[in-house]
Amino acid sequence: MKTEDLIAALAADGATVETPPARRAGTALLVGALIAAVVFAVLIGPRPDWRAAIETVRFPFKFVPFVLLAIGGIGGLIRLSRPDGRLGVFAAILALAAGLLLGSVVVELAVVPADRWARLAIGHNAPHCLTLTPFLAIAPLAAALLAARHGATTRPALTGAVAGLAAAGVGATLYAMNCTDDSPLFVALWYPLAVAIVAGAGALFGRRLLVW
Amino acid sequence: MRAGIAGDARAYRSLLEALTPRLRALVARSLARAGASGADMEDVVQETLLAIHLKRHTWEPSQPLAPWVWTIARNKTIDALRRRGRRIELPVDDLAEFLPAPAERDPTEGGDVERLLGSLGERQRDIVRSIGVEDRSIRETADRLGMSEGAVRVALHRGLKALAALYRRSEA
Repeated sequence: MKTEDLIAALAADGATVETPPARRAGTALLVGALIAAVVFAVLIGPRPDWRAAIETVRFPFKFVPFVLLAIGGIGGLIRLSRPDGRLGVFAAILALAAGLLLGSVVVELAVVPADRWARLAIGHNAPHCLTLTPFLAIAPLAAALLAARHGATTRPALTGAVAGLAAAGVGATLYAMNCTDDSPLFVALWYPLAVAIVAGAGALFGRRLLVW
Repeated sequence: MRAGIAGDARAYRSLLEALTPRLRALVARSLARAGASGADMEDVVQETLLAIHLKRHTWEPSQPLAPWVWTIARNKTIDALRRRGRRIELPVDDLAEFLPAPAERDPTEGGDVERLLGSLGERQRDIVRSIGVEDRSIRETADRLGMSEGAVRVALHRGLKALAALYRRSEA
């Protein structure tokens, strides 16, 4: 088949254009997050004392880095879905999420006596955190990867990992409502491990699913 | 490209035609730099055109088109080089006297696409050929095959997508 013949066939197929990656990825993560929220509400639910916990400093602050993670992840995913896309400003948002987490650890170390550090860091919910956060991230990750398949990334593993960060942001935000360990020492130790599990899974799937 | 995404087939076709010589130059240069022969150049160009077509929704209309096109071309060239790397190439010179003289081949003829078309379903292959090689319109093709125009459109699109998937699989 000659190149001009191929071009003729491509031009005849001109009418079917797919949705731009931004809308597709946005919709996908929204749907994934809704599914995860329903699963959370039905199977897990918020901690019993959440009304009182909202009045504290530590509990509401837990959400900040993970909401940022979700925002930076989805924005980065949209950018990377284009062949010439770079993370750009979304890399800064992801870095900000990590920075806030580290900053909160420094503050916590300053205000809490040293003999309580270990107990706070180990907490009571580490196994839950490591299992429920990735569990809640499954639907968002699947949706984000499916959406990214319609894009055209030149870096499949990285894009998959970023999809994992976005999904983990959703999963961690939901799980944080249930988790009773509010000390940054706990949050900065176990949550990032859970996030890393999801991001790693995203990278592995991305390498296989996001080639085009 | 903007007109092409909006559905202006003529503008889209002339854009692809205008891109092709530049793609050839770019692909030829990348292949030469990698020390590969230029024999696969047209195949890579065709695969790139197919990818440009199927992924054109990933171009951001507020951005310049060229970097987007070059990234796809570079990517497809790398894919092709990887594929070649796994293929064992024997020096043909020693065997020359046993081989029939190579048939004169049109340099814009793609070998890969021909081979991969062979793996498509009969209907899809028919339609891609009818519109591409035989230069029939969608309506003429629909009349000839006794299908609706919509069905031809869908089959053409599926056929092209399947073709891209076959390129991908032939890497493994």
